[in-house]
Parts: sequence; structure tokens; C-alpha cells
Amino acid sequence: MIVFDQVQKSYQVAGRAIPALHPTSMTIETGEVFGIVGHSGAGKSTLVRLINLLEPPTGGRILIDDEDITRYNSAELRAFRRKVGMIFQHFNLLSSKTVADNIAFPMKLAGIYSKTEIRERVQELLARVSLTDHADKYPSQLSGGQKQRVGIARALACRPTILLCDEATSALDPQTTQSVLKLLGDINKELGLTIVLITHEMDVVRRVCDRVAVMDAGRVVEMGPVSEVFLHPQHPTTRDFVFESENIDRNELQEDLQKAEGRILRLTFKGESTYKPLLGSVARESGVDFSILSGRIDHIKDTPYGQLTLSLVGGDLDVAMQALEAADVHVEVVR
Amino acid sequence: MEALMETLMGNVDWLEIGWASWDTLVMVGMSLLFSVLIGLPIGVLLFLFGKRQLLEQPVAYAVLSFVVNVLRSVPFIILLIVMIPFTVLLIGTSLGVAGAIPPLVAGGAPFFARLVETSLREVDRGIIEATQAMGANVRQIIFGALLPEALPGIIAGITVTAITLVSYAAMSGVIGGGGLGDLAIRFGYQRFQTDVMVITVALLVIFVQVLQMVGDRLVLYFSRK
Repeated sequence: MIVFDQVQKSYQVAGRAIPALHPTSMTIETGEVFGIVGHSGAGKSTLVRLINLLEPPTGGRILIDDEDITRYNSAELRAFRRKVGMIFQHFNLLSSKTVADNIAFPMKLAGIYSKTEIRERVQELLARVSLTDHADKYPSQLSGGQKQRVGIARALACRPTILLCDEATSALDPQTTQSVLKLLGDINKELGLTIVLITHEMDVVRRVCDRVAVMDAGRVVEMGPVSEVFLHPQHPTTRDFVFESENIDRNELQEDLQKAEGRILRLTFKGESTYKPLLGSVARESGVDFSILSGRIDHIKDTPYGQLTLSLVGGDLDVAMQALEAADVHVEVVR
Repeated sequence: MEALMETLMGNVDWLEIGWASWDTLVMVGMSLLFSVLIGLPIGVLLFLFGKRQLLEQPVAYAVLSFVVNVLRSVPFIILLIVMIPFTVLLIGTSLGVAGAIPPLVAGGAPFFARLVETSLREVDRGIIEATQAMGANVRQIIFGALLPEALPGIIAGITVTAITLVSYAAMSGVIGGGGLGDLAIRFGYQRFQTDVMVITVALLVIFVQVLQMVGDRLVLYFSRK
């Protein structure tokens, strides 16, 4: 468990303290995938670097499994960092070392593993990230996705309990992003590793995270389970991110809505109700006519969800809304 | 044929040229060795003490940087003369091959230190951060990540330093340093033996070419980028 207790960070720039993170308290549970989303400069990079103290906080306490890591001396800190893996946007592999030597590097630094242990662990990790055939290549000979896989294998070498991902997929193409995210998801499930992931893409959060914190200007403005934050965003920044990820142009949407007749409802289905043929029966029971203005079905991590924007004309609107709510559909009246 | 050689290179004593070449080789080799041994740690310290670096030390950086700059700003021909008392103190003579080495190191080491500092700065900061995140201490960061990553740049720096030392070594002929430079000055310049001058210059050119070629090959071998 990672606990932030009134943690803050400011930088001294030309004698003035510029806040990067305002006092923040939050808890990241053991074994969850926790996403931190925000625009560049929102403070998410700072936040993730506080967890392994690459950036020391200027105030507050950071507790990891009930130990205040801000009080560690430098030897304790180095031992602690071995239990926290980190992967980076630009991979940060050593260009002078082969794939196998890059993965072995953290184990060699630790100085507590025998040569046989290191060799066996490297083989095991190469197999896990499907790079066994590339062991003796240099990073420059690999594609971006392969480099990030090496990064992941390296981060896992000393069997950490926490994995920090700093924009780990931002330099990758969509397809490679998919496979890297899948790998992270598998690792989380199989090893029970806590993953803290920062990104500026809501889509990444939607695919792998259990909970998410949205950051804006050095503050966490919204936090909760991904489905909650994603389907019912409260803060304007969160809304921006959600709309962006769904490729919705808000002005265009407004125009479309103006042309529609009657009441406009936004329905959100989650889980099993996503697949039920609900609209037909509701229309028959209540006598309303509907037309679909927009709609999508997708997944949040493993949960399917659907969102429909409808315009309803005639019939008994109250009966229709009751029937929908009875079927576990979230109904939002747009107009 | 022999007659032609006699008219063109009548003054050239090939044995003398051979010994002078050997002397130059020894002067460059020894001074390069000490320049690297002294310049490398100074370069690493300059890098570490620099702004926003691992061991940021503004005062130590300023002092070290000042010393390096002073040695680098003195023209080598002046340094040769200024160093004479110190050289005598250190090895008993300021003449010959041995006498040339201390001033050569005084000129070469700070030059190389700056090149080391520059090539360390070119190492991606992300790599230092990643190594720190693995729990490495400063010594491990230097020897495990920084120096291996900067190796091609450092080798290129050694090549440039070696070539600079060739020309410095030739210059040391002015104060009786020995080697090809000494030959060129005593025979080529003072006795107007143009053929000796041509031969020494040609040998120096070949020497520099070979150094550059070997250096380039090594850089290529160690670059994995």
C-alpha cells in the first residue's frame, strides 16, 4: 500500500518556490493498477517520481507498507529502490549493453545475486517478454515495442513489489501500445504487482487501470474507480480527457443535438446489461419513439459498457425512464 | 637512381630519422598515458560537480574549472618554458625525451579532461535516472552506466588528444625535447637542410593519419548506437 499524506513538492526557480504538487493525500492499494492522467505539466511526472524518491518531497510523508520512506538514509533508500521497478517513455536502456546485460544490470548493482541466479533470472524474464531470440542484440537493433519489453524485463529483475510506468506507451504506435499494455496487465495479475502508471491518454487508463486520479495544475482533481470516473466524469479536465479519448467533437455534438426533436437522454450500460435488447421492449411498453444520435460499445478493463444518446418523442417518458433505471441503466437527461 | 637519391636527400641520415621517430613515439605514448590517467578522473569530477549533476559542487567546480582553463589558455610553447623548473624538480632534467613529458602532460591532461566532461554530458539523463531508480550509488552510476555509455566519445577524445600531443611533442624540440621536432629544428631549420624538413613533416603527417584511423575504427567498434 502506498499512502500519500499531505505530500507536496515545489521547485526553487530564481529564488521563488514554484509548486509542482500541492499538498496531496491519497492511497494506492496493493495489487491494483493505478492510473494518473493529466496534461503535460500537470504534475504527474513529479508524483510518480515521489514514490521512489527520485524527487524528494518538500513536505508531507510517503508511507509504503507503513514505512515512511522520506526518513530513509541513503543506503536504506537504495535497498528500497530495488523493490520498485520503473519503466520510461524513452526506455532509457544502456546502449552499450546487450539486451541480456541490460536485464541483468539491476541484479548486478544489487550485488546480492550469484552469477547463476542472474543468468537463470535473465532467461526467465526474456521468455516472459518474448525476447529470448534477441538476448545478444543491442538496444539500437530493436523496435520501440521490443525496447519497452526489455525495459519491463529489467524493471522486474529484482522481483519488485511496485512497478512505476512513466508514460510507458507514449512513444509507441497504437498496436505496440496494445501489446505492452496487455503485458503490463498480465504481470499485474500473475505477480500481484502494484502498478502506478502515468499517461496523457485516457484510453490507456481505460484498458488497464482499476482506479484513476486525474491531475490538473499540480492537484488531483478527481479520483475513483475507472468506470466511475470514465462514465460519469465530474471535473472539466476529466471531461476533456474522456471526450478526447472517444473522439467526440463537442461542438459537432451540440449541433447534432439541436437538430433532434423531443427529449434527449444519455444512457450508460455497464456489465451484462450492455448486451440486453432493452430499447425495443422499453419502446413498446411506454409507447415512445426513439432515434439514436450516437452510441458506442467498449470495454473498461474487463467490463463491457455501452453509451447511447437518444432522442425520445411521444409516449410516456416517465414509464420509459423507470423501465430503463429498473434494468440498471444509468440515465442522464441531456435536454 | 642512387645518384638521384644523393642529390635529393643528401643530408638525410636514416638512422637518425629512425631514432627520432622512436623518440616521438615514446614522448607521445608516455604523455598520452599520463594525460588519460590524470585527465579522466578530472573530467569525471568536472562532470559530477557541474550544475544539476550528481554531486553538484559549485565551488569545487569553479576551482577545478579555473585550473583547467589556466593550463589550457597558456600557449604550449610558453608552457614548455614555464614548466622547466618544475620538470627539473620532478625528473632531474628538462632536456630530451624524459624532459618533454611533464610539459606534454600539463598540456594534454586538462585538454583531455574537458573532452571527457563533454562526452559525459552527452549521456542521456534518462539513463542516469534509470540507474538511480535501480538503487545504484554514485560509484555504480559512474562505472556501470556513465563511462560505458560515454566510451565512444572518450575514445574519440583520446584520439584528438594523441594528435594534439604529436604536434606538442614536435614543438618541444625548441627547448631540446628530442624526437622528430628536434630534428626538424636543428637540421631542417637551423642548417637549411630542406630534405630533412620534408621527411620529418611527412613522417608526422603519416603518424597523425594512422592515429586518426585507429581511433575512428575503435569508436566505430564501441558505438552501439
